[in-house]
Order: sequence, then C-alpha cells, then structure tokens
Amino acid sequence: MYEFKFSRPATVRQAANLLAKTEDAKLIAGGHTLVPVMKQRLARPAQLIDLSKVEGLDTIEMKGRSLVIGAMARHASVANSAIVKANIPSLANLASMIGDPAVRHMGTIGGSLANNDPTADYPAAVMALDATVVTNKRKLKPEEFFQGLFTTALAPDEIITRVQFPVPKKAAYIKFRNQASRYALVGVFVAKRPSEVRVAVTGAGGDGVFRVPQFEEALKKRFSPKSLDGLTVSADGLNSDLHGSAEYRAHLIGVIARRAVEAANA
Amino acid sequence: MAKVSITVNGTVHSANIDPRTLLVQFLRENLRLTGTHVGCDTSQCGACVVHVNGKAVKSCTTLTVMADGADVLTIEGLAADGAPLHPMQEAFRENHGLQCGFCTPGMIMTAVDLVNRKGHDLDDHTIREELEGNLCRCTGYHNIVKSIAAGAKAMAKPA
Ligand SMILES: Cc1cc2nc3c(=O)[nH]c(=O)nc-3n(C[C@H](O)[C@H](O)[C@H](O)COP(=O)(O)OP(=O)(O)OC[C@H]3O[C@@H](n4cnc5c(N)ncnc54)[C@H](O)[C@@H]3O)c2cc1C
Ligand code: FES
Ligand code: FES
Repeated sequence: MYEFKFSRPATVRQAANLLAKTEDAKLIAGGHTLVPVMKQRLARPAQLIDLSKVEGLDTIEMKGRSLVIGAMARHASVANSAIVKANIPSLANLASMIGDPAVRHMGTIGGSLANNDPTADYPAAVMALDATVVTNKRKLKPEEFFQGLFTTALAPDEIITRVQFPVPKKAAYIKFRNQASRYALVGVFVAKRPSEVRVAVTGAGGDGVFRVPQFEEALKKRFSPKSLDGLTVSADGLNSDLHGSAEYRAHLIGVIARRAVEAANA
Repeated sequence: MAKVSITVNGTVHSANIDPRTLLVQFLRENLRLTGTHVGCDTSQCGACVVHVNGKAVKSCTTLTVMADGADVLTIEGLAADGAPLHPMQEAFRENHGLQCGFCTPGMIMTAVDLVNRKGHDLDDHTIREELEGNLCRCTGYHNIVKSIAAGAKAMAKPA
C-alpha cells in the first residue's frame, strides 16, 4: 500500500469539502473493495475520507411508497432489517448473498454502487426497481447513474447519501455464483412494478448491469416463466472468460430469469 | 501518522500509527497478539477474523484507523491465560476440529459470531453456509462443522 492521510469527518458537508479541496482524495466506506485494491497498489489515494462516523448515513426507513436505505448501511443490516424484509424481501435476500458474513458486516450499499463492479449484486436491484441514487448534489436514475465497467456518473467530489427504492408488486433476485469468487456469474433481478416489468442482469455484461427488453415485454403481458419460452439473449457484448463463455452466460440469463420469475410468483 | 485508541480484549491501547497499518498488523506486530493469522491477505480465507464491536470482520481488510475507538476481541481474549478454554475452543479440541490449526482462530471467532447471531441450535447446512468466508486446507470441514454445532450448544450452558 502507498502512503495516505486519513480523516474522519462528522458530516456529509465536511466530507464533501475535504473531497473537493484535496487532490486525489477518496472516500472510504466499508473498505472491502478499496482496501484490497490499495493493497495491490492499483489505487493510490493521497487521502482517505472515512464515512463511518458521518451521522445519519446508515438509516433504513420507509418514506411514502419508497424504501430508503442510507449509503453506509452495511450488507448485514439490509439483510436483517425488518423494514426491508417486510417491504422488499428480495432486496434483503440479495444483501444476504453478498460475499460472506464478515464481508457483510463491513461492505455498504453506497460503496458497492459507487464501485459498480460488473459482477456486483446491488446494481441489479437498483436497475430493476428503478431506484433513485441520491447524492449530496442531485438525484440520479439508474440509467444515468451506471455508465459502464466500474464507471458511474458520480463527480469526483460527489457522495452517495442514500438510495430510494420504490416498492414493487413482486420481485426476486436469483444469483448464479462463480464457484471461486462467489460473485455473480449471472444474477437476474426481476421486478413487477405497477406500470412495467423490469429484468436487470448483472455479472454477464461487458459494460455492467443491463436490462433485457424482450423479456420485459413478454413478462408485462403475462408475468409467468412460460412467457419467456422461445426467447433468447444474444451473446454479443457479454463477458467471456475462464469462468464461462459469452454463449454460456447468454443461456444462463434465460434460465436464471425464469427461476427469478418463478420465485417472484411464489 | 494517526492517533488511535482501541480496546483489545478489554485493555485500551493508544498508539500513533501509520494509517496504512492493517488491523491484523496492529494486533500481531504492535500488540504481539499472534493468534490472529494471515492466510491469504486477499480477504478470502478468514484466518484473520476478529470481532470489532461484537461483529466478525476480516482484519486483513480493515485499516486500524477504521477501528479507532472500537472494541476488538481476538482469539486470545476468549479465555484468560491458564483459565479453562472457551466452550467453542473446547469443542474444537474435543471434536478434532483442527489439524495444523492455522485456520482455527478465524474459524472459532467466526463460529462465536455465528452463535451470537443465530443462537445455539445450529444445523449443518446453516453452519456450512456461514463458513463461506473461512477456508481450511486440512480438515475437510466435517469436524469443524461438528465442533461448531457442539460448541454452540455448550455456549448455552452457564459457565
Ligand atoms: C471476499 C469478498 C467477497 C465479496 N463478494 C461480493 C459479492 O458476492 N457481491 C457483491 O456485490 N460484492 C461483493 N464484495 C464486495 C463488497 O460488497 C464491497 O464491500 C462493496 O462492493 C464495496 O463496498 P464498501 O462499503 O466496502 O466500499 P469501499 O471499499 O469503502 O469503497 C469502494 C469505492 O466506492 C467509493 N465510495 C464508497 N462509499 C461511497 C459513497 N457513499 N459515495 C460515493 N463513493 C463512495 C470509494 O471511494 C471507493 O472508490 C465482496 C468483497 C469481498 C472482500
Ligand atoms: S488473511 Fe484475511 S481473509 Fe485471509
Ligand atoms: S486445520 Fe490446517 S488449515 Fe484448517
């Protein structure tokens, strides 16, 4: 690891000021992506700004028809939250499948979204539920927020403060794990919303999370696994690596999407 | 440098450290608590698991400065020197839950955290799922699972 300075602001404003005025400063939330990356010397921040003591960033609450989760909510808190389980159980279930128990005690939703790993789980939920990512500066819809591989719309001095998830009618997330890393080889989040159906895929796309319009249209007519019969996903642009070819991933998307619809209907 | 004050196994330690110091380095090198091991150093194996404010975390992936002000429990803190072993340690001994013992401190700290969260009556499936982040190169896990089930039950009995 290269040298860095460390600071621990108490408010979002202080954190934003530090971030804006220090060259090469970086936020640190759970550190469970950033610390490994720094250990490998793939990142060299001059200063780390720790969000863990910032007041009010880890609340989980219902506001109107939306479930609002603070950026610093740990995966374990989301997985075990009675509010999340009661309103969007598929989201609690997704959080319970991230990494292992120790990772879930540290990793946060804000860190996961800001990182936008193409195999991360939360991006699928944000995309399928049409959640709003709220920062210290603005509100971003998923299509604006996610900008491709490890890339988001966040400005260098922008901080995610919370994520607003509109409550769907039905939803489910199914994750097909990479046997070694346990990240998603293919993960599919399906959501039946009042006005539309969304199918979001993580793990497979070369550019990160994406939607499958042909599945969405078919499921809008009838929300049943049968509606997906005969429909396929093209392997173009999908990841191909030692864990699975693009064709394999394309096939898996269909299989996992059917399972997700089945789970949402159960 | 950064000032930290951390309670480890009940004793407050204040130090001036390089912010790069990983929690596991602080425990092993500054405090000489070498029961916490480094197996992989890449967040996979769980040999470095300790409790921070009552929760299992991988100390190779946590900066010491992130634990400033926290209460840390390591394998050395489970039972005092010379005192009888903690019920989970005793269960690993009884059930042949270790061979070389390298993974054992992390296994035991993970197991105690599991009992704290999920109680004393743990089925094999739950235990295996919860051991997702702990690797053992020797035992084949069977006896570790047995040890944890027995240790969980033993922890329910008044000491
Ligand atoms: C062994 C292991 C297994 C894992 N398995 C999975 C898995 O199965 N699925 C999965 O999805 N993830 C997995 N992860 C990743 C884990 O969920 C990470 O914790 C998460 O991706 C990053 O969250 P963090 O809070 O640790 O962020 P950090 O590492 O602290 O930060 C990550 C990045 O986000 C930025 N950032 C953090 N918070 C904010 C904010 N509020 N606003 C703006 N920028 C911010 C940081 O500057 C940094 O660039 C795994 C990690 C490990 C170590
Ligand atoms: S040494 Fe920390 S997880 Fe392996
Ligand atoms: S007993 Fe040797 S690694 Fe587990």
